[in-house]
Order: sequence, then structure tokens, then C-alpha cells
Amino acid sequence: MVIFEESKRGRRGVQLPESGVPESELDVEDHLIRPEEEPGLPEVTEPQVVRHFIRLSRLNYSVDTGFYPLGSCTMKYNPKVHEFIVAAPHFTHLHPYQRQEDVQGALRLMYELQEVLCEITGMDAFTLQPAAGAHGELTGMLMVRKFFEVRGENNRRKVLIPDSAHGTNPASAVMAGFEVVEIKSGEDGLVDLNELRKNVGGDTAALMLTNPNTLGLFEKEILEISEMIHDAGALLYYDGANLNAIMGYARPGDMGFDIVHLNLHKTFSTPHGMGGPGSGPVGVKAFLKEFLPVPVIVKDGERYRMDYDLKHSIGKVRSFYANFTVLLKAYAYILSMGGEGLKRVSQLAVLNANYLKTLLSRRYKLKYDHPCMHEFVLDNEWLTKNLGVKTLDIAKRLLDKGFHAPTIYFPLIVHEAMMVEPTETETKDTLDAFARAMFEILDEAERAPEHLKEAPLTTPVSRFDEVAASRHPEVAYRRKEVAGS
Amino acid sequence: MLRYLPHTEEEIKEMLETIGVDSIDELFQMIPERLRISSLDLGKPMDEYNLVNYFRNIGESNVSMDKLRVFRGAGIYNHFIPYVVYNLASRTEFLTAYTPYQPEVSQGTLTFMFEFQTMICELTGMEVANSSMYDGASAMAEAILMAARLKNRFKAYVAESVHPEYIQVAKTYCMGPGIELELMPFDETTGRVDLKDVDFTDGEKPAALVVGYPNFFGVIEDLRAIRTALPDDVLLIVVANPLALALYRAPGDLGADIVVGDGQPLGIPPQFGGPSFGFFATRMKYVRQMPGRIVGKARDLKGREGYVMILQTREQHIRRHRATSNICTNHAHSALMATVYMSLMGRKGLKEVAKRCHDGAHYLARELISSLGGKLVFNAPFFHEFLIRLEMDTKYMDEKLREKGFLGPLPIVDFYPRFGDDVALFCVTELNTIDEMNELVNILEAIKNGDI
Ligand SMILES: Cc1ncc(COP(=O)(O)O)c(C=O)c1O
Repeated sequence: MVIFEESKRGRRGVQLPESGVPESELDVEDHLIRPEEEPGLPEVTEPQVVRHFIRLSRLNYSVDTGFYPLGSCTMKYNPKVHEFIVAAPHFTHLHPYQRQEDVQGALRLMYELQEVLCEITGMDAFTLQPAAGAHGELTGMLMVRKFFEVRGENNRRKVLIPDSAHGTNPASAVMAGFEVVEIKSGEDGLVDLNELRKNVGGDTAALMLTNPNTLGLFEKEILEISEMIHDAGALLYYDGANLNAIMGYARPGDMGFDIVHLNLHKTFSTPHGMGGPGSGPVGVKAFLKEFLPVPVIVKDGERYRMDYDLKHSIGKVRSFYANFTVLLKAYAYILSMGGEGLKRVSQLAVLNANYLKTLLSRRYKLKYDHPCMHEFVLDNEWLTKNLGVKTLDIAKRLLDKGFHAPTIYFPLIVHEAMMVEPTETETKDTLDAFARAMFEILDEAERAPEHLKEAPLTTPVSRFDEVAASRHPEVAYRRKEVAGS
Repeated sequence: MLRYLPHTEEEIKEMLETIGVDSIDELFQMIPERLRISSLDLGKPMDEYNLVNYFRNIGESNVSMDKLRVFRGAGIYNHFIPYVVYNLASRTEFLTAYTPYQPEVSQGTLTFMFEFQTMICELTGMEVANSSMYDGASAMAEAILMAARLKNRFKAYVAESVHPEYIQVAKTYCMGPGIELELMPFDETTGRVDLKDVDFTDGEKPAALVVGYPNFFGVIEDLRAIRTALPDDVLLIVVANPLALALYRAPGDLGADIVVGDGQPLGIPPQFGGPSFGFFATRMKYVRQMPGRIVGKARDLKGREGYVMILQTREQHIRRHRATSNICTNHAHSALMATVYMSLMGRKGLKEVAKRCHDGAHYLARELISSLGGKLVFNAPFFHEFLIRLEMDTKYMDEKLREKGFLGPLPIVDFYPRFGDDVALFCVTELNTIDEMNELVNILEAIKNGDI
């Protein structure tokens, strides 16, 4: 049921404060006046609103409800105290156009976050502006573009991207005006240096690389890759979605990456919020500093200041400065963990992944059977072939067993992929239970594979006909029904 | 540090045994020796008690808007947010879920998104809205990219009176596909976009014209007149303040093709400018070129109604380099806050908020004119912001007002130098009382008379 169905003309859920201001006539042309019966918003009371959204909340699976091993998304626990910290008016009620003396605390925290992100990644400067990972990618690729423009190397139109990369990588490169060249992964799931060598050249602007990659494998030839890219005069871009695997062990800056983006909503525990807001800061090596979007936060003596004076800045990628409260949560997390804590995070994330991988590999198949980093990918093609059971069926049955499904059908190079990322905040018992559930599903598949097609059976709704939903899109509650108007 | 990490030494040992390695470090053997670092220099882990104090102590050096009387808007507005918005938004079933990839266990998310899309369609008068963008500026930029794709043209007109930061963002986004942005002037008397000298038959046609509604100066554009002046095959993109849409005719009814904007006025605290969310709405015939996630109604195997993400073949995870946009993570949780806010307000409540903003701004404008001899820069109708010439140095005024506990109107000179340093952009919301407006006028009089 949608909230519109509870609407009755004349109800309301808010009483506004008295302002004592006299009414004025709307002084606009008649044809610009909104009719009285519009806009068709629901008319309900506060208790109705509360019941409605509480009911909706209970239909959701979330990290706080249970295990959410969604690969490439780092669904770790999100500390509650961070919500408390950022709810204070001295953070929520700051106007972006207040004078800088009045927002020194905000600027200081942003500055400090820039600094710690430099330390964690081995980069020299950061912008905190991008709102998400993909936004960071676009920011980074526009910097690549501007960099070569300034150098007069306008022929560098190509961006190389492994076929295992996340979809945002090629989409971002194209938005920045580049042509994408897909690099086929080797048999081992890693970048194939020969393939790379064949494609890199004077027209290459950059290689976008995720390391560990989306298969959860560390690109061990990263230094050779870096050398090859740089020898060709191109730049190396780091998709930092998987940083959770390597903190305190290695840094993209030391690997030779020139630009990195991070997903604060993954590695640094800010809640995913059903799909955001997140934050996707971008770090660069010193030679690219002048290309960052404006403003960056700088420190002059004891004072913090927004600096708009960057010679080659790509401009602005969003209004104002950043997803400020998201930044604060990430910084709070970094302070809570400290250097040793973040290293411990990566250790346990990798331990959990390898442990679960070992358990599952007793009966499931892995596409690439090397030690993994923070996540691993199962390949269920054999099940499809032998029993007609698809990864989708296993995912749906997992919902019945009380788990969220892993990421499925990504990366695209594994056809029946199931990408599992347990994260470090899960107990061994949870991983054991998950493995048991996976084995039960396998037993069911062997016994009666057709039953799995009906899963899930215990959720409030069952599988949807998504094809029909896209063929005849119904994207809004029908207008004539709204608010009884 | 250990408060989020559950492993006991014993368990670690067992797990390592199961894996068949001797130490955790062994699991990192793929990382070349040369790259290894031993630690990060970030200081000791902080306990929760000290963490809270750390942020509080630094935070308290900010002077927040709740301690000031606020007459500043310019894109971020000081509105009343019912407590229920915060309360419901803090449900962790909303906060700690991700994109609804598994609709069977995400109906809460998907249902609210469907409601959100409906509300945005109602406000804008459009047929389809997505489930959010990062902010108003990036939504506007994506609207221009979409128009360029639809028309296969590499030029767009943007009214100079659109928020200056939005224009900057659009410029950055347009670098990629190489779309040329041309700024359209505003009429010096009305403040409305001025198309009379634009010859659309001369040279390359633009894919779209972008106008504000209201524009950055608070002026309500006559969208119908603009639509009439535009050739049929040039799209009209409207950047709207969603709150204003409770009072002013829906852009969809006046010929707009894409309506975007920033949702901050709908129950999102200012937060130093973010996060808020962008909304993006258009006509159904353009839906396949839309960026972002769209939720639609569906039926399950048993015929029950529910909601799923639809038309995903537009998106990066399927279409990759041919996607309509790179957006993946959006601003869903902020959109939830707006959905709760709009539910609480309802049709009447939202109209009332908007009307009070309007009435307050008009009261204040009248007072500034009558008591201070202020001159409105433009004579066209305005919503809750207006530009006024006050015959005083607005930077000095700003300082003095701040001393008196005001976040005063925005000196416009930094944004549009041509207006000079004696013009300010005032904003009034439902939270400004008549008493504080009268006090503001008194202080301005004193400044003008040289008493302060
Ligand atoms: C490997 C990788 N890169 C990039 C992204 C895009 O990040 P965002 O969703 O924050 O835009 C993701 C997100 O899922 C990802 O997993």
C-alpha cells in the first residue's frame, strides 16, 4: 500500500510555527498560479505517516538485520555513534555561504580528512567533493582530460579498462569524452600484460584499474603495469572501491597510481542509505594538484580556508563543497580505528573472505582458485549445466534462509557469477551459518532443482516479472487517484 | 578499536587452519614485497567517549544557523523540519540497506521510491521521475547531456540567471561530450530570461534552453512565454525550487520537457551544502534516455503487486560505456527524508509553507522599500528571494549584521559583479518572524544612517 491510499482531504501532519507575517497576494500572472487542488500530495496525519514508514522499514533487509555479503559493496557494520555525532546543529545547520570564520570547525574536519586520506592512500592531495564513486571517477577522468589538453596531447583519446571492471568505469570514461578500449583479462583473472601491451600507445590517456580487482584478486604485476602505462605517457587511475582489502599493507600511491577515488560508503563505514548518499573523494599525485575541482580546503597558519585558486582546475563537479555529514562519519571511523585498527580491518576482511571461500569451495566451484583478498567469486555455471539451477535461484533461496544474497552476475566475465564479500565485522559463526545455508541449497538443488525456481517463499513477496514491468512502465501512482482530487 | 571487530584469537587460529595458512600475513602474499608498508601513521584508535568529545569540541567552533537569524538562501534554505522526518529516517532498516537489488527483501525501499517518484511527478507536472540524483547542479548537468543525446546537438543555452554554481557544474560536465554552453541574458528590468535578440535560425541550433523557476534572483520566469519563443524542437529544461512548485504552475503544464532541481527545501537540513538530493523528471517518451534508477510497479509470481527497478538497460551495470549516465549510488536516503516530509506536509501544508515564504519575502521587501528607500532590482514577480539595492556597502552590512546575530542577505557582488556592491539577495522562509524582520530593517536603517 502506498501512502496516497491513506489520504483523506483535509488531514494534515504538521502545524507550522506562527510568524505573524501578513498575507500578500500572489503577484504573478494568472497562468503561472498553481490550481488549488494541486500538487497531489497525500493528506495524512503524523501517526499515519509513522505507521506507514515503519511498516515499510520492516520490509527491508539491512546490515543491521543480518548478513549482507554483497560483493564490491563492503556492507560492513555502520557505527551508530556516528549518526549521533553528525546530528548536532553545529554540523547539520551550517549554510554553505556563511563566512569562513564561522565554519572553521567544519573546514578543519574536512582538512584533517583530506590529510588522513593522503596517508592511507599515499597520494598528495584530495578533493572531497564527489558524491559517490562514479562521481569521483568522472572527476578523475575529467582531470586526465584536462591534463592532456594543457600539455597539448589532445590525441590521447583512449582509456583502457579491464573487462572485469565495474560498469561505472567505462561509463565515466565516456562521460569525460574518452573512447573505451576493453582489455581482456587473462586466464588467471588478472590483467594480461600482453593484451595491455598490444593496446597501450601514444593515443592512450589512462588505464582505469581496480586493485584488488573485482574478482578479489590482487594485481600482483601492478608495478609492471604502472611502468608500461607511464612509459607510454599515460596516467594510471585507481578505482578504490576495494580499498578495504589492503589498508596498512599497501597504498595505491606507492603502486604508481596517479589518481584514486575512494568510496567512503564502503571502506569507511558510512551507511549506504538504500543507495546513498555516499561520498567519493579523489586523491592525486602532486603534479595533478592544480587540476582538482575547486575549492580545496587549505590551512594557513591556524586558519582553514577554501582555496579557489587552482591554475588548471576542471571547475566544479557539484554545488557547494561535499556530502559534508558523510565525510564526518568516515573521519569518525578513521579516528576510531587509528592506523593499527584500519590494518586490522583489512586483515580480518581478508581472513573472513578466505575462510568463507575455503568453506564454500568444498562444494561450490571457484572461477579462480588463488588466495583472495576481501572478496571472491563463485562460478555456478556447472550447476546451470548439470541441474539447470542458476545463480539467481541460489540468490533467491538465500533470502529464505535469512541472508541477503551476494552480488550476482558481476563481474560480467564470469557468466554465473556470485560475488561474496563478507567484511570484517562478521563473526565466524555467521560465516559458518552462511556456508551451511549454501550447502542446504545445493542439497535442494540436487533433490528438486525445480523448487528453487519458486524461491523465495518466505519473503513478503515472491519473484517479480521484471521484464513486464519494464515493458509497460508504471512509474507513479496514477494522478487522478491522488489525494482524492 | 575492537568494538566492531568480533574475532577472538582462538577463532582466528581455527580459521587460519581451515584455510591452510600459518598467519594472516600469508594471505597478503600476492602483494609484492616492494610495495608493503608496515603501518599507517594515523595515531591511536580513539574510544567512543573521546571521539564524541573530539567532534563536539571542534564542531562547537562553528556558528550554526540555529544561533543566527537567517535571511540567506541562494540554493540552501532554512526551513522547518518536523522531528518525525529525522526519526523515521534514522530507522536503520533504511539507513543500512543498499540499492534494492533483491526486490523481495527491499519492498520498503522500492515502495518509498515509487512514492517519491509520484510526488516529484506531482510537483513538476511530469510523467516520470527517477529515484534521485546527487544534487540539483549535477541533475541539471545531466539534463543537458540528455537533451544533447536526444537532439544529437552539441550546444545548449543556459539562462545566466540560473544558480552560478549550477552553471559551473554544467560547464564541467559538458567538457566531456564537448557541448558548448551559451549564456542567455536576463532582461534588466524584469530579471526574466530575455530571448528577444536570439535568432534560433542562425547557426547551430541548441538542444535545449535551461531556465530557473524561480531563477537565482528569486524571479518567477514566465515559462509559457519562454516555451512560445522557443522553436518546437528545442527542449525546455527547468531548474525548479520544489517548494515553489506548490504555489506556481507546474512546469510540465507550461511546456517543460525536463524538470530538475535540488530537494534540500523538502526536509533536508542545510548540512553545509550537502548531502541533499537532485530530482529529475521528464516525459515518458524520453524515459529511455533518462539517467538514474527508476522504480516501477510489478507483479510477483502469485500476482501480488510490488515494486522493482525497471529499465535497467539504460544503466552502467548493464550498458557500460553506452549507458545514459555513470550514476550508480544516488541519494536515496535524502529522497526518503523528502518523501516523509512531503507526506507530513501534504498538499495544503506544502502550499502553506510556500505561501508563508512568499508572504514574508514580500512583507520584507515592502518594508525595505518604504523604510529604507530600497529599490528592487527587478520588477517581475518573485517567490521568497529578491534582489534589492540598498545604497550601502553590502559587505560592510554583512559584517555588521553578523555582529548582531544575523546571517544576513547575500552580497551579490561576488556572484554578479555588474550589480555593484550595494545590492543584496534576501531570502525569507516560514521560519522568519515579523519581529525579526522588523529588527533587521531597523538595523539596516541604522547602518544606512551611519549609526553603526
Ligand atoms: C568496483 C566499483 N567501482 C565503482 C563503483 C561505483 O561507486 P558508486 O556506486 O559509489 O558510484 C562501485 C560501486 O558499486 C564498485 O563496486
